[in-house]
Amino acid sequence: MKIACGTGAVALSARDLTAGYGERPVLRGISLEVRAGEMLAVAGPNGAGKSTLLKVLSSSITPWAGEVELLGRPLRDYERRALARLLATVAQENSAAFRFTVLEIVLMGRAPHLGPFHLETRHDLEVAYAALDRFGLRELARRPIQELSGGERKRVFLARAIAQEPRVALLDEPAAFLDLRHVAEIFARLRELRAERGMAVVATLHDLNAVALHADRVLLMKDGMTMAYGTPEAVLTAENLSEVYETAVYVGRNPATGAITILPGVNEAIEVRR
Amino acid sequence: MSRTAIVRQGEREGVAPTSAPGPHELEGAHLTRARMVAVLLTLAIVTLAVAAAAAAFGSVHISLVRAIMEAESPDHAILFGARLPRILMGAIVGAVLAAVGAALQALVRNPLAEGGILGISGGGAFGAIVALVVFSHIGGMEAAVPISAFAASLLSTVAVYRLAQVEGRLEPFTLLLVGVIFNAFWGAAIMLVNSVVNFYYTHSIIFWLMGSFEAPTWGETAMVATAGATGFAILIAHGRDLNLLSLGDDEAAELGVEVDRVRRTIFAVTSVMIGAAVSVSGIISFVGLIVPHMVRLALGADHRLLIPASILGGAAFTMAADLAARVVIAPSELPVGAITALCGGPFFIYVLRREGRKSLAL
Repeated sequence: MKIACGTGAVALSARDLTAGYGERPVLRGISLEVRAGEMLAVAGPNGAGKSTLLKVLSSSITPWAGEVELLGRPLRDYERRALARLLATVAQENSAAFRFTVLEIVLMGRAPHLGPFHLETRHDLEVAYAALDRFGLRELARRPIQELSGGERKRVFLARAIAQEPRVALLDEPAAFLDLRHVAEIFARLRELRAERGMAVVATLHDLNAVALHADRVLLMKDGMTMAYGTPEAVLTAENLSEVYETAVYVGRNPATGAITILPGVNEAIEVRR
Repeated sequence: MSRTAIVRQGEREGVAPTSAPGPHELEGAHLTRARMVAVLLTLAIVTLAVAAAAAAFGSVHISLVRAIMEAESPDHAILFGARLPRILMGAIVGAVLAAVGAALQALVRNPLAEGGILGISGGGAFGAIVALVVFSHIGGMEAAVPISAFAASLLSTVAVYRLAQVEGRLEPFTLLLVGVIFNAFWGAAIMLVNSVVNFYYTHSIIFWLMGSFEAPTWGETAMVATAGATGFAILIAHGRDLNLLSLGDDEAAELGVEVDRVRRTIFAVTSVMIGAAVSVSGIISFVGLIVPHMVRLALGADHRLLIPASILGGAAFTMAADLAARVVIAPSELPVGAITALCGGPFFIYVLRREGRKSLAL
């Protein structure tokens, strides 16, 4: 069922990234590459360094060593606003300090495209409304962001990132807090965007079944190191996953979709059943 | 069902924007130039009306017509010699305090931030008092008082900001606590100065603690107007950056804001503005809290409108408070700082109760 979207040029790449907080290293020698239209999933147990990796890729954190390149140019050569026109990030937790409306938040995605004193133009509004529509948010446009549920807020910030019209989107747990229908919709919308605009996606994902279903490549991390890197078929094996997650993992094929299906903790579950 | 329909429509039309949003659908949900002009014009008219009322009423009854027409009348002397300078000073200082409050609240993502609560005004008052005591003997007091107030405000801001950082992140609650502690500390330092200096200074020290717009000189007015106008221009120019900073430092940076540069600029500008205001009028508390909050409730959170609207609202509010200070127990006077604090204390509690949990737990 997988459609390979990634046929384009390299959008984002990283070589031998080492980074951390204070003295404590969190990433140790991570390399990756994602092409236009591709989705790279970053998976691994809690504390593996997935969010830190995204922060280095978004240049929130400067790596100790190694280099990130966006569209063939080192990340540090970009001026902030120029970078914001090419690279959008959605953090795991999203909030705003004041009662901005949903539309105002999504319009903030247009900020890197606007001149210093310009208000948003009609074109910016159209882009924002298209982003709202894409995530089914138009009816919420006037609502203050504080009044929304966690899942709705997640979609608002995804829409904001899309309104940036980025070439690469870095998404930290885009499917967290969402119910089944919205998880499916998010991945469908991301697939559309990848196909339509050649947008590359790097997403941290806890749900390995979603990784198997939607990612073109997987980076499996543990303790800040790469444990496996490649296609879902090559990376998501029972052997790799059992080692990384330190629990018995069953890997099979879903008869309905043909995609890899992963069940954690099967041995224990089977024993309890017996 | 209708939401699904909208999504379906989005699918059909692909990237191209779906039905262009009609003007009515957008009204009030985001900032337009027309809305900005209408709101600011209305507020300007209200502010002028308050100024006119403040000119017409006071401890003595005067006729505005006679004051303007007859240059030799006592009404003329009262209006142009006493009331107008005072009204002007109140308007400028109120505008400064409200604009600074709105900007600081965005910068630290905390609706309770304000020059007074963060200890910046207290630092400025301490600087002003020390300069007053030191330079009244050796001369140059007129220049030394505001400069010393700026310096102490800036120092206080930097110290509070540094101490509120936990592992490189600004903690909103810690910031508020550190600010409150600094505020109390500066109050104590001022009392200490008061107890060791000549009795002759006590009146001036009380003036700075209570806040007053009484009898400003034109030099003072010009100084605070210049600092204010420069500051307003810089804060208004950063309206969009302040919007983006409301989402968080990393988020703002990812949307193209040079976070460190913007933060340094805003802290420096607001410290100078507060220093200037405190050096001429003492500590007028809570204006920077009440006005931006009311404006936000009425007009929304967009700082491109919030900052200029707070400037006008701050001017109107402070002129009204000063009018009350002059007439409530006429012919005696209340300190205007006491009036704003009497309104502001309960208001602070109200905001804390209403917004505390949801806005401070970032």
